[in-house]
Amino acid sequence: MEESFRKAFELLLSRDPELLQILGVTLRMSFFSTTISCLIGLPLGTLLGTHRFPGKGVLKKLIHTLMGLPPVVAGLIVYMLFTHYGPFGRLNLLFTVDVMVVAQCLLITPVVIGLSSSYMETATKHTIETAKGMGLSRGRVLFLCLSENRASLLSVVLNAFGRSIAEVGAVSIVGGNIQWKTRVMTTAIMLETNKGKFHFALALGIVLLLVAFVVNVAASWTVREARDD
Amino acid sequence: MKKLLAILMALLMVVSFAACGKKTDDTASNDTAQSQDNPASEVPSDDAQDASKPAVSNTTIRMSTTTSVNDSGLLPYLLPVFEKETGYKVEVQSAGTGAAIQKAVDGNADLILVHAKASEEEFIENGYGVERLPFMYNFFVIVGPKDDPAGIKDCENAAEAFAKIRESESKFISRGDDSGTHKAELKIWGDNAPDAAADSWYISAGQGMGACLSMANEMQAYCMTDKATFLSMQKDLNLDLLLEKGDDMKNTYSLIAVNPEKIDGLNTEGANALIEWMLSDEASELIAKYGQDEYGVSLFYLLEE
Repeated sequence: MEESFRKAFELLLSRDPELLQILGVTLRMSFFSTTISCLIGLPLGTLLGTHRFPGKGVLKKLIHTLMGLPPVVAGLIVYMLFTHYGPFGRLNLLFTVDVMVVAQCLLITPVVIGLSSSYMETATKHTIETAKGMGLSRGRVLFLCLSENRASLLSVVLNAFGRSIAEVGAVSIVGGNIQWKTRVMTTAIMLETNKGKFHFALALGIVLLLVAFVVNVAASWTVREARDD
Repeated sequence: MKKLLAILMALLMVVSFAACGKKTDDTASNDTAQSQDNPASEVPSDDAQDASKPAVSNTTIRMSTTTSVNDSGLLPYLLPVFEKETGYKVEVQSAGTGAAIQKAVDGNADLILVHAKASEEEFIENGYGVERLPFMYNFFVIVGPKDDPAGIKDCENAAEAFAKIRESESKFISRGDDSGTHKAELKIWGDNAPDAAADSWYISAGQGMGACLSMANEMQAYCMTDKATFLSMQKDLNLDLLLEKGDDMKNTYSLIAVNPEKIDGLNTEGANALIEWMLSDEASELIAKYGQDEYGVSLFYLLEE
């Protein structure tokens, strides 16, 4: 353990170009995966949490099932879609960061929908009643629900980010862990583990956790600033 | 102070319950107070359990090996015969050669079966291995797109084929994972090893053999692989076997027992029994026959002594 911690700090201080490139790919992928799945998932989750419609119970169960979708399965589905002879094979996207984002969105969007809908279900009763009383349009009500609860929804966003940055099963299948191209922190850790370099692998894990911590701190600062304004 | 006492009491309760759990039925009727008064009475039964442990662990042999001998089905085919004859149980952990050796260094294996001479010699030099026993070999092969854009089909050996791939900048998938196959590939490149950062045609995948072959299939790229893995996947791949049996493509597998003087808690007796059996005529015959039924060719050959 001690050796791993020492290596982790050495790595961070060394500014190794490959490590920086891998961190860059990791952050880029996680940023887009989180952003896209939240752009889709937060409005849908809010709608699901605030509206009643036939089949809602079934839909919720379906979403909750998908929240447990194994990453490997998500990876396989996306692989089959984008493989050379698959339906989207012509796009030539397999083994790119783009397709890694697609696989992660498949994985994370249900989580965002599920978490935000359960939260909105309890938190927005008053907002909606007031808004209805004021005769606001549906779109305005949705926007109001989202912005009223933005601080709490941040935890959903960070949850999505955490999923994305920690995920290995899907990205290794569709990304292929290609050096200088699709290698991210988790697949690099897998690789070093397979090589038998356990200390180095753990050091990479520590670096990943530190980066995730910094992102979390930055995010909560931003929201606090926004709330103070 | 009362709080502290309460915590202590609770701890004692837990400990005594745990002690009760270990007892057999006939002593379970003893109340907890008694076991607290006389904790020494627990010791003999624990000792008895410990004494029986070595006998149990002696029948388990931990073998750390590379994916190619396990995933190709060779070990699942051989080991049941050994287990039936001797009563040992072999636990196989398969990973790339680098990890396979590291597991033994960490004390988690009784013997290794790997294919990377330089790493094996280093393993022994550092005192972890007893003796390197090369016993079988096969050939690496180069597979690639059916139309063979680099024209390697008629090359003499892998070095010549690699030069043509480099010249034409045809896509090439490298394992890039420190495995035996990766090390063999790097040895063939020699000083001309491509730079994955600069040469975009050279793709360092950092994955297992199967994943690399699937990637080569997707990208219609060349790939160096062990023959067994390629044959087992061939029907799903749009790739041809383009070059085999070059003088630089021989792939030798060795058995090494882990040194009991360096690492404690090993089942050296079991490891030696397994090694002896693997080198026996009976196992040799089985190895030579392996693959004939399914693929019509042998996948492993025995080293002549």
